[in-house]
Amino acid sequence: MDMIKRIFRFYYEGFKSMTIGKTLWIIILIKLFVMFAVLKIFFFPNILKRNFKTDEERSNYVIEQLTNNPKK
Amino acid sequence: MEHFDLSLVNWSRAQFALTAMYHWVFVPLTLGLAFIIAFMETLYVKTGDEEWKRITKFWMTLFGINFAIGVATGIILEFEFGTNWSNYSWFVGDIFGAPLAIEGIMAFFMESTFIAVMFFGWNKVSKKFHLVSTWLVAVGANLSALWILVANGWMQYPAGMYFNPDTARNEMHNFWEVLFSPVAINKFLHTITSGYVLAAIFVIGVSAWYLLKGRNILLAKRSIIVAAVFGLVTSIFLALTGDGSAYQVAQKQPMKLAAMEGLYEGQEGAPLVVVGALTPGKQHDDDKDPYIFRIQIPKMLSFLGYRSGDAFVPGVKDIVEGGYTYVDKNGVEKVALSAEQKIERGKIAIKALADYTAAKDANDTAAVAYYRAILNDNFEYFGYGYLNNPKSIIPNVPLTFYSFHIMVALGFLFIGFFMLILYLVYFRQFKINKWILRLSILMIPLAYIASQTGWIVAEVGRQPWVIQDILPTVAAVSRIDSSAVQITFFLFFTIFTALLIAELRIMFKQIKIGPKEGGK
Repeated sequence: MDMIKRIFRFYYEGFKSMTIGKTLWIIILIKLFVMFAVLKIFFFPNILKRNFKTDEERSNYVIEQLTNNPKK
Repeated sequence: MEHFDLSLVNWSRAQFALTAMYHWVFVPLTLGLAFIIAFMETLYVKTGDEEWKRITKFWMTLFGINFAIGVATGIILEFEFGTNWSNYSWFVGDIFGAPLAIEGIMAFFMESTFIAVMFFGWNKVSKKFHLVSTWLVAVGANLSALWILVANGWMQYPAGMYFNPDTARNEMHNFWEVLFSPVAINKFLHTITSGYVLAAIFVIGVSAWYLLKGRNILLAKRSIIVAAVFGLVTSIFLALTGDGSAYQVAQKQPMKLAAMEGLYEGQEGAPLVVVGALTPGKQHDDDKDPYIFRIQIPKMLSFLGYRSGDAFVPGVKDIVEGGYTYVDKNGVEKVALSAEQKIERGKIAIKALADYTAAKDANDTAAVAYYRAILNDNFEYFGYGYLNNPKSIIPNVPLTFYSFHIMVALGFLFIGFFMLILYLVYFRQFKINKWILRLSILMIPLAYIASQTGWIVAEVGRQPWVIQDILPTVAAVSRIDSSAVQITFFLFFTIFTALLIAELRIMFKQIKIGPKEGGK
């Protein structure tokens, strides 16, 4: 427990004493929010995960994609 | 290839190139500056001189800015794999997944744990523990790069895997073959050392600015010495690993080598073009001279590519038409197939995969075995089956050629630059030579240009392949609406440009402020 407290204090005091770091953390948090809460959800779905339930379905789809192309 | 949406392929490529290039703006400085800081802190711990601590903390602040702005920009590339390159992501499966998973774990545990000690641990942990943490951040950052570059090396030279036609995935059968593939090792060493050189130039450039302004003289002088020694050693190593990389390219990606040198007609004792300009509009099957002018070193390309001054180096035309002899990866001498023959073999492989799948669905075990054997026999040409024109195997020669020559020229310029700096420092002339101080600042953008052109050579030079010979870019893209890719292209362009502006503004501001307390 004492160890956890010491680690917490280490990070707490570290963040508290930051100067330029505060600006950087704001940039990091905004960036991560835009990336994961906006881009990933609204613009970058994992197509195979979204469209198919099982790996077998995904395999079949990719095989179809790979083998149909040259025939067209 | 008319059945492919080329607009979709091109926008997907443009988007990936944009994000990769922006990501690579931040990464090399992190890789190199981490080690320079570690050396500076080592000097502080060894000597107990507080000035070294001040110097270390100053560069650590700039490292922190670059790290914070750049962190996680590479994750966007992984988003793109799942959305824009889903066929590719599935097809590479475990091969790409394993190194990236290790990278994620290593990056998370090593960098995020020890970076906190590095920034928050001054006066809270012992000097030695702090120093070890700084070194571990440097090692961790570079190990993260290892796994990414192993994955990239596998795409340039697929080793240690087999194709499973039941799952349509490449599966790893030998992890060590993937990890220690000569292409991956050379790529890793060459790429990280390019980051070291860039960081050394960055430190010298910023220090030169202080000397020009007459500020922070001791910090600047000491930083220049550390960075110049580090830069000279690593730039020589960069040239050696560059040679190793080019040797691997000659063996495994001869078309890329031909494009790098603008070599259309193969020859024995091929010269290396030192400086040259290509004839615009040159095609592999016309009689135009490929060069408007060139200065070359006789036999050097043969020597660098095959370790023999008389070796035959195939040109673009030879690789398209085939018929020349080469030694394959098993050391067996063979006659090269033409692109047309490879395309035929590729189409046989793709048809065999389709027939195999149909035979499996019909529970016809004899047919399954038959088609699997055909697939295995022709799999090394699988990707060629998606190409309808032999000319499709030729990458953008001018872009590859000029990028390669710019990169190499700058690489040698940097070696000379570090030597000059050390010479001037030794004879105490550095501070009074204003032109060399200005030149040092100018070197910073040149280092970034060299770094980016290196990736252009690696990635444009290997087109049309996303996985060498096995999967072309056109077959790797997801069948999605190209307008969606266009929208996210401009979205990324905006976000990354904003991040770059933020990086530059904060970095410039911090450099202007300089180190916090004291100093001479």
